[in-house]
Amino acid sequence: MNNTQLKDTLLRLGDDAMILAQRLGEWCGHAPILEEDIALTNVALDLIGQTQSYYTLAGKLNEDGVKTDDELAFFRTDMEYQNLLIVEQPNGHFGDTIIRQFLFDNFALLRAEHLASQTVNEDVAAIAAKAVKEIRYHADHSGKWVRRLGDGTKESHDKIQKSLNNIWKYTGEMFTADDTDKAAIEAGLLPDFETMKSQWDAAVDVVLKEAGLDRPEDSWMQQGGRRGVHTEHLGYILAEMQVLPRTYPDATW
Amino acid sequence: MDLNELVAKVKRQLEDVMDPELPFLTVKEMGMLRNVYFKDGHTVIEITPTYSGCPATDVITQSTLEAALVADPNAEVKVVMSPAWTTDWISEVARQKMEDHGIAPPIGQSHDRAFLTGDGKVIPCPKCKTKNTKMMSAFGSTACKASFTCLDCFEPFEHFKCI
Repeated sequence: MNNTQLKDTLLRLGDDAMILAQRLGEWCGHAPILEEDIALTNVALDLIGQTQSYYTLAGKLNEDGVKTDDELAFFRTDMEYQNLLIVEQPNGHFGDTIIRQFLFDNFALLRAEHLASQTVNEDVAAIAAKAVKEIRYHADHSGKWVRRLGDGTKESHDKIQKSLNNIWKYTGEMFTADDTDKAAIEAGLLPDFETMKSQWDAAVDVVLKEAGLDRPEDSWMQQGGRRGVHTEHLGYILAEMQVLPRTYPDATW
Repeated sequence: MDLNELVAKVKRQLEDVMDPELPFLTVKEMGMLRNVYFKDGHTVIEITPTYSGCPATDVITQSTLEAALVADPNAEVKVVMSPAWTTDWISEVARQKMEDHGIAPPIGQSHDRAFLTGDGKVIPCPKCKTKNTKMMSAFGSTACKASFTCLDCFEPFEHFKCI
């Protein structure tokens, strides 16, 4: 694994968390109940913290001079972001958000567990050790809601089944390794994607079954985030997220 | 002043640094203050954040540094991520203070997975002490707390989560 591949791997860890956090932040003041307003924004806060740690590491590896976490967050364009497409998908209704979160949490948990136990990069292991504890809460929370909505009323069941069917095409990207991923897997930094996929399948299936939801067929999967080719949504997310620092680059608290 | 004396003086200064989100507890009682030592001509203070995104971390770093600078003008604060902070490091005194202030302290050891999410665990009401309580949400007013309601006195209260 060369320097650029390590930097990109760190950026991806940060970008997945950053963009999902930004999406979850949109719920602030809008969630169906107060407890969920607090929960979703708490999850967002954990993710921003993880982002900050990964960006700080990635910024030190930047080829043309060290970049800060803020520079990486606020002064990169959509094509420089390497997050998974699933995390940039719109919040939709509460069920859409919960399904997106549930599928991602279970992936992020497996990835973080490996990152915490690997010995290739101690800095990453330290960040991930903290992240694992946080993501366990996230996965527990989203999993409980999937059960509650799937096994709730006919309306909640039908709605969340539709949410699941709609977003499924973005799950394949989580387990598709490009050259950067392959280098990180070979070095032992990232887990083997096939193993991770079978573990993810098992974890997701348990909850879907309890929720009485049908697991969609794996068919054609939408991809591109890892090479900077995004859905139209990311541009709007970044526009809102970056407008202030881009307009007033020297602004401080 | 000899070095041991300097380090001891810095440590005494740090006794009064409070957690901004739990202002009745010190950073030391919370187990965030990991180490104080002398290296390369100045004292180094190592602190560990509770949660990755805890907004209090910056304030804690700043107030720790300000307190230390009184004793050693060259003091430095380092944020150490590993080993990750755990509620096991919260002192007994701090747990009692939490309860006195209406926050149910973490119960048991964080490595016990059943304790992680509150499943099957009884969190007594910090006000009326009944065990008849219900978790309303695993998330609360700060990253480290969950929201509970007492089913006897009907008082909502917060529980410091095991992590």
